This record gives sequence, C-alpha cells and structure tokens, in this order.
Amino acid sequence: MTASETGSATARARISGWVKKTDRRFIASTVAFVYGLFAILIVLEQGLGLGTVNSIFGAWRTITFLFAAYALITLALNLHWGYTGMFNIGIAGFMAVGIYTMGMLSTSPDALSGQGLGLPLPIGILGGMIAAALVGLLAAIPALRVSSDYFAIVTLGLSEIIRLAAGSRTLSKWTTNTFGFGTGGGSGMDLPGRPTDSILDTSIGESFAELFVIDPGRIDLLLFEIGGEEVTLVSSSILSDFLWSLIMLLVMAGVYWLVRRIGYSPFGRVLKAIREDELVAQSLGKDTRRFKIKVFMVGCALMGLAGILWQGSQGFANPNSFRPVITFYAFIALIIGGSGSNTGSVVGSLLFVGLLFEGPRQVGAIISARFNLGNAPGTFDGAIAPLADFSFQPFLAYAIDNIAPLQFVLLGVVLIVIIQKRPNGMFGDRTETAAAVNLGKQEGNDE
Amino acid sequence: MSETVETTTDTETTTVDQDAPLRVENLEKRFGGIVAVDDTSFDVQRGTITGLIGPNGAGKSTTFNCITGALNPTGGEVYFQGEKVTGMRPEQIANRGMVRTFQIARALSEMTVLENLMLAPKAQSGETLWRSVMPGARSGVVEQEYEVRERVWETLEFFEIDHLAYEEAGNLSGGQQKLLEMSRAMMTEPEMLLLDEPMAGVNPTLEEKLLDRIHSLREDGYTFLLVEHDMDIIMENCERVLVMHQGKLLADGDPEDIRSNDQVIEAYLGEDI
Amino acid sequence: MIYSLNNVNYLQDEHDLANSMASSQWLPGESENPVINAIRGRVLLLLALGVFVTLIIDLIAGLAGVELLEVGGRTLGGDIALDTLIDRLRTGLIVGLIFGLAGIGLSMTYSILNFANFSHGDLFTTGAFTGWGVALLIAGWGAGDAGYLLLARSGTGPNPNEIGASIVASPLAILIGVVVSAVVTVAVALLADRFVYRPMRDREGISLLIASIGVALALRSFIQFVYGPQTRGVTAIEGVQEKNFLGTGMSVDLHQLTLLVVSLALMIGMHLLLQRTKLGKAMRAMADNKDLALVTGIPTERIVRATWILGAGLAGVAGFLYVLERGTMNFNVGWFLLLFIFAGVILGGIGSIYGAIAGGLVIGMVQEVSLIWISSDFNAAAAFAIMILVLLYRPEGIFGGVTTA
Repeated sequence: MTASETGSATARARISGWVKKTDRRFIASTVAFVYGLFAILIVLEQGLGLGTVNSIFGAWRTITFLFAAYALITLALNLHWGYTGMFNIGIAGFMAVGIYTMGMLSTSPDALSGQGLGLPLPIGILGGMIAAALVGLLAAIPALRVSSDYFAIVTLGLSEIIRLAAGSRTLSKWTTNTFGFGTGGGSGMDLPGRPTDSILDTSIGESFAELFVIDPGRIDLLLFEIGGEEVTLVSSSILSDFLWSLIMLLVMAGVYWLVRRIGYSPFGRVLKAIREDELVAQSLGKDTRRFKIKVFMVGCALMGLAGILWQGSQGFANPNSFRPVITFYAFIALIIGGSGSNTGSVVGSLLFVGLLFEGPRQVGAIISARFNLGNAPGTFDGAIAPLADFSFQPFLAYAIDNIAPLQFVLLGVVLIVIIQKRPNGMFGDRTETAAAVNLGKQEGNDE
Repeated sequence: MSETVETTTDTETTTVDQDAPLRVENLEKRFGGIVAVDDTSFDVQRGTITGLIGPNGAGKSTTFNCITGALNPTGGEVYFQGEKVTGMRPEQIANRGMVRTFQIARALSEMTVLENLMLAPKAQSGETLWRSVMPGARSGVVEQEYEVRERVWETLEFFEIDHLAYEEAGNLSGGQQKLLEMSRAMMTEPEMLLLDEPMAGVNPTLEEKLLDRIHSLREDGYTFLLVEHDMDIIMENCERVLVMHQGKLLADGDPEDIRSNDQVIEAYLGEDI
Repeated sequence: MIYSLNNVNYLQDEHDLANSMASSQWLPGESENPVINAIRGRVLLLLALGVFVTLIIDLIAGLAGVELLEVGGRTLGGDIALDTLIDRLRTGLIVGLIFGLAGIGLSMTYSILNFANFSHGDLFTTGAFTGWGVALLIAGWGAGDAGYLLLARSGTGPNPNEIGASIVASPLAILIGVVVSAVVTVAVALLADRFVYRPMRDREGISLLIASIGVALALRSFIQFVYGPQTRGVTAIEGVQEKNFLGTGMSVDLHQLTLLVVSLALMIGMHLLLQRTKLGKAMRAMADNKDLALVTGIPTERIVRATWILGAGLAGVAGFLYVLERGTMNFNVGWFLLLFIFAGVILGGIGSIYGAIAGGLVIGMVQEVSLIWISSDFNAAAAFAIMILVLLYRPEGIFGGVTTA
C-alpha cells in the first residue's frame, strides 16, 4: 500500500466519520450529495450555459418539493409502523380525506368543479387534519385488534373505498338551499391557490421582488442584462414554487420535531414496547389500545396534512392521485432510511426522490440529449429485433422512451433487495433510546 | 337482584380474608372441547411464597393466564384484594398491583435493559401524549424521568444486572432475561408477583441469586405465586404448595404434606419428590 | 427424551393458544354485562345485517312489483325487472368464477407460505398478456406481423375482428392460449420464488408481504415495458353471441360459456388433486400446521413449489379467461382486481380453496347485484366494505373457517 493510498483511505474515513457524527450533518451531506448530483446531471444533459442555471433550479425545485412531501408522509408512517408496528397501507386514503375535507371547507362555493364553503384556508387545513384523524379513529377502534397482515388489508380496502367515494358521481355535488358540498367526482376538485403565491402578489411581495429585479413589473430573481438583452436566470414560476417548498420544509421540520419528541418520551417508550410485544406492555399495566388509537390518529392527521400540502398545492385534487401506489412509495422511502428512525425517514425520502424517482428520468434525458439514438421504435419487438444483429441502439432508444415503466421495475427490485439484504435500512440498526432524559447513572440533570 | 347478593358476598369475603390478596374460586377454562382448568379454587396468603406445581399440561400456565387477564376464564371467579377481577384486561389487573412474568421470558428485545425498566412504572405523566409533547408540560415529564431513572438504577443494582444496563434485551442470556423480567415487574411496585417458571434456563449461581432476591422481597411484605417445574426449588422455598393435575387442584398444603401425599406421588409417576 | 420433547411442544402450543385467545378477546369498551359486550362489539355487524335484510325485502318486493313504503324519496319495493336481476346474477357468476379461480392460489400461498401475496394480481396479468399474445399469433397467423400479434396488438396492425381470435373462429388458439398463460405464469412465479421468497423463508409475514409488493411493482411495470401501456381489444366478436343455443332459444355468450366450463373443470380438478393425491394431502397438512408437517417429514420445499405451480397456473388462466370474456385488457388489469380477489379469499376463510371459490362467487354477485340499489361507482366499495367487516368480525371467514385446504 502506498502512502497516497493510505492517505486517501484515512481522508475517506475522516469524511465518513464527520458525516456520520450527527444526524444534522448526515442529512446535510445527503442534501448536498443529491442536489450536487442533479446539478452535475443537468450540466451533462444541457452543457454549460445561462439557461442551465434555470434548469438546475428547475430540477432542484422538483426534488425539494417531492422530498418535503415524502418526508412528511414517511415521518407520519414512521410513527405508525416504525414506532408502534402498525402496518398501515392506507396512507393514500388518509391523505385524500385530508385534502377533500380541506377542499369542502375552503374551496369557493362557485368553483368550476367541486364545491366548498369558502372558509379561510387555515380552517380548511385544520379541518382536513381533524377529519383524517377521525377516519383514523373510526378505522382504529375495530381494526387494532386484528393481526398486522389483516390490518394491512383493512387499511388498503379503506383507502380504496375513500378513493372510490371521492371519485363517485353521487358525492360530486350535494347542495341544500343555503350551501353545498361536492368532491367534483371523477373530474376532480378545485382547491384554493397556494397562499405563498398571493404573498408575491401583495405590495410587500412586490417590493420584495423589486429588490432583485432590473425591469420593474417582473419578479424574476437574478435577472441579468447581457448585451442589451434581459436574461432570466431563475424564472418566477420556479421561485414561487420554491417559496411553497420552503413552507413545506418548515412544516416538515416541525413534524420531525414532534415525532422525535414523541419518540423520546415515556409515551414513545410504550409505543416501542407495543411494537416489540404488546402482551408484555399490557402485563405491565399499559392500556395499549388507548396508546395505539392515539398514535394512529396523530399519524393520520399528519398524513392528511401531508396530502393537503402536497397534492393540495396544485390547485386541484384528483381521485386518481390517491391510488395505493403512493402508499408503497412512502414505504420504500421509509425502508431505505430505516423503519423506526426519524433521521432515516428524512434521508430515505431524499434518496428515494433523488435516486429512484427523479434520477432515472434525468439519466434518460442525458442519454437522449448526448447520444443520437435515432427514432425510438414504437414497440418492444421493434426494439429487440435489431439485437440479433448486435444493434443495441434501437433497444436503448426504446428503453429511454419508456423510462417510466423501467423506473418502476427498478423501484420494485430495490424494495425487494432492501427487504432481503438490509431490512433495517440505513438507520434502523441504531438504538434511539426512548426516554425524555439521558439514562446514564451518573448523569447530571440535563435533558 | 343478583348483583346485590354478590356485593354482599364481596364485602363479607373482604373482611374475612384480609390476609389473602388472591382468591380463586371454581376457576374453569375450556378451549373448545378441552378443559384446561377444571373447577379450581385456592387462595394465596399475604407475605408468603406459594408454589404452584404439576406435571406438564396440568393447567398451571392457563390458570396463570386466567388470573392475570391474558385469558378470559369460562367459569369461576378471581378476586384480588377483595375485588372481583375476573375477565378484566391484563393492564387493569396489573394496575391493581398483581403483576406477572412469563414462562418463556418476554424481554422487549430491541429495547435496552434500561428502557425495559423505564417502561414499567405505573402512572407516568409522560404517558399522556400532550404532556410528552407540549413544551411547558414536558419539564414535569423530565422531572419524573429523573426520579424513575434513580429507581431503575437501584433496581438494576438490587438484581445485579446493572452491568447490562445499556445492552439490548434481546442479547441477554435466558437467565438474564428472567432477571430482567422480574426487575421490570418490580418497577411497577406491585402488591403481588406471579412468576411463571422464573428459574427455567437460569444457571445455578444465578438461581441462587434470584431466590435470595425473592426471599428478601417477601420479607419486605411482597406476596409471591410461583409456577415452577423444579420440585426441589418449590419444596425448599415455599411455605405452601398447590399441586395441579389434569386441570384440577390435586393437593394444597405445606411441603411436608405434599411430599407424603399419595395422589401427588401417583400423579408424578414415582418421580422423586 | 421423547417424552420431554412432547411436553415442550404441548407447552408451546398452550402458550400460543393463550396468546391467540388473548389477542382476540378484547372488544372496544367492555362492560360487565356480556350481552351488552356482544352487542357493542358488533354494532357494525348488526348494522350490516339490517341493511342486508332491508335490501332483500326490497328485492323481493321489487320483483313482485309491490311498493311497500316510501323512505326519503325512495320507495322500498317498486319494480325491479326479473330480467335485470337474472342478468346481474349471470354477470356476477362470471366475475365471481374469475375471483374464485384466482383466489385459490392466493389462499394457498397465504396458508402454506404464510403471507399475503400482493403480486398475485400481476400474475393474473402475466397470464392474460402472454396467453393472449400466443392466442392472437395463432388465430391471426399471416394476417399481421408476428411481433405485433405476439405483443397482443402493440403498435399498428389488423383489428381484433380481422385477427379473429374467438372460441368460434379459432378454438384451438384459445385452448393453446389457456395453456400458455398457465405455463408462463407458473414460470414467472417460480422465478420470483427462487430469487425473492426462498431466501426469506424464515422471515415473518410482513417482510414477505413487502417483498411481494416489490414483485408486484416490478412485474407490472415490466409487462408495461414489453407490451406497452395502452388498453387493447383482443377478441373477435363475430358469432360469439349465440342467439339460439343448441336450439333452446336461449341467448348465450359463448365466451362466458367457455369461461364457465374451463373454470369449473379446473376447480373440480383442484378438488380431486387435493383430496385424492398424496401431494394434495401433504399440502393440506402443511396448510393446517406447518411445524407438524415439518416434523412428520413432509418435503416442504416440494410442497411450496407445488403451491406456486398450482396457484400461479390458476391465476394465469383466470387472467386469460377474464380477458376472453371482457374482450380488452391493459397492464393494470390484475392489480385492479387484486383487492376483490382478496375480498373473496377472506370471505371464504383464508386457507380453504372451497372458501376461496365460494367467497369469490359471493363477491362477484355482491358487486353486480348491488348495482340494483347503488350507483356503479360504489359497487366496488360495497365489496371492499364486506371484506373489511369480515376481517374485523369473522376473520376465519363466513363459512366457518375449517381449514381443509
């Protein structure tokens, strides 16, 4: 072994040691890794140019948004499955309850599709969370005594019932003389716009935007003038999306704090005991049903909130957005990170969104931009027939053209491999002691 | 009408049996056609170690499960401290001061020994969700955690497993898990402990230690009901022995009586008693 | 030595029994009074029963043309045409047979391998696509490009009527399609078992369930990758609707008849296999008690393989037949039916193939007959609601839960 090799090995060890030292560092490093990776991928796709900056921010916008959305759901799921061992695969349904309730409270009474009471948005959001929690209560009371695979099927069935109800004609419009509700049925439900967008429209928002703008009236950040021409580095739509994602990240931080606080408490200790062996917890005098119902309701409310912030931010809710597959994505994210760990939930969500969800598409875009693959064959036989003559180009073009299904094949395979080889994920092996204080014997009275 | 009658019986027995915290009357448990426990009655005196023995399949564990609420008996009644606890849920019974351990040790394996013990104390304020979360209320929770931590370490030292405090319970040996289970049960501050084969899988040194602990706890006024397989342990350590056979109570008396009881000898097929 | 071994087993059993009893006994808010308890725990069940009875009364009154009373703008009774009911029952039977046929495999893997297989619906899809690819190739030999036909009409080429794949125009193609759907689906299932489930034999059910979700996702997306995302028609319709069946004057859909005959034949075959052969007996033994089966020297791996072969084969054929009756398919066909198949299996009691068949039929009927009262966007919800109720209040299934495989 040469000196330089030893040096690089120690450097690597030092870096990984630094990264792993605290959760905050680990999360920050993962963020830097994923965001950096995408900057590189975009550059590979588009080359260096002024437009590239906008594209990079565009990719970051998507990642940030989806990361915050999945992290919210995954944290809530961690409360159910990771902490308490409740195998809830009806997440999509609870999200739908949250968002549709929000819509029925806050959508304008004369929306084009769907109908609500036009109440202020905070009431709608709170109402949505409460409704999701109540549906959770309704499901939990009878369902918590069945075994976990039955519980899974019950929650999945419930989530499908909710989705079908949201898409049904019967509930699409329901009016009395004075007011009306309606889900909009299969054509979806109009929702109130993002409050952050209206901030940019207010006088404060405008004056804030003016700080960054050369041409008044445009709110584009980093607007450059080159050779007499105005060049937008980051477009205003990306900026307003980022503003919303920032709100979501803040909420995510709040939920992280909440879930973590639950974990490091006597309440969380009982949850952990329920996960390990419910009869033991009962034999020590814990009324496990109350704990399970409570934590199930809290998790459902958070799932409702996640649904509102995620799907609800697009001004429109569609029953098809709440198919069970969304639940499975959340599971993949949690399993990657490690069920039972909040840091794992966050890191897993970011890796899922970056590497599994957006990554393959981006790689596909690079390949089709950098290599001239010619026209993609329209069908699979057109793609594989040329393989006989060792011509791989048509197949590659077909694969790039159909990157979406391939990506889901990858998702499935990753899920299988993780559950086989590393069921505890990245952080699942770690012991996060469930207590509000340090349990060391000679510790001083510090939290 | 019938309720009034029952209440009178209750109060009567409460006054009569001050010294028998646990009383079992005509207990019966059927699984389909199989009668696992058949018309069994006994009581356990305060501050004693009572042994419950019997050949395998005699119904000892089922009796235990019926007393502690893990199973619902199909007939008969169980009274604890004069109160009828038949058919109550396990946590209700445990919260009244009757706590059990399990035949096959059930440590919470992915929790550390410390966590296992921290879990046990009753009525922790932090078990209320909002108290654990709300910034103001949590300081009270933290205070209580310090107090519980004190007791946890005392208990760990009493059972001499403090060197395992940070170990995950699943990594402990069978005997150590038995100690853990008992110390965890002690943390609930029970009136009475029901130990299901506490010595199974425990090496002789550890066994000695465990029995020491049980005796010193008994001197402090705790009541014990012990299911045990090992005849010697029962005979040497219990003031009173109950023998079950084929779901029925076969004999009830002090170790000397039991040793010379013909029926018991027959039930054990000449095994050395 | 042997004596003590037995004792250990006994104690273990007693223990398990105690636990299972313990976990099933707590109903919400128990009180001292057993009658109140019984009612409390079954409020939903009583409610469901009430609804059921009302609907039956409504149905009978409706058929008789009697109007009983008016409730909230709707009439109880009124007129329901007998033809409508018969029509619904027939469709229900057809769909139910598919649920039942596919459910057999789901039920067997659930009881023998101890997990809920979420990829079962995609095995169904595998059978549909591979079987129809080959059936179209044979039926339309020369009519179009072989690749187009084998990929079940992905791309451009002749339409289904020009290809002429139907039981009337090309019975041999349909027959071969059935065989191919079974064979390929079995191969896929065995591959999945070899690489996914076998390395995880000792793991608990939830891990296997999660792995099966992975298999489902990968398999479905792979089918989409190969065959394309579009919904396509595959069957020719000419002559399928026989107006005067065997001179009886009855109008019979020959594809429905094929479905009926093939699925009944397969169900009877399964029955004979399980009851009459050594393999069948071993499978039943293993479904009943895995540990005991291991002790008595039943070759478990061989049983597992047989389970996959039978279960996946039936699922594949069910997929093929479903498309034969429907005429169209897309890559989501099985996934969308999975929950219905689960509903049937659960209704019949997990582990019993007769239960799976009966449960499938009930779910099929419920789905179709319920259309008399509720709009078509709720009939699926009704089937799921029944499944949930059964899981919560009668997890052993409505037919008693005797696990005779």
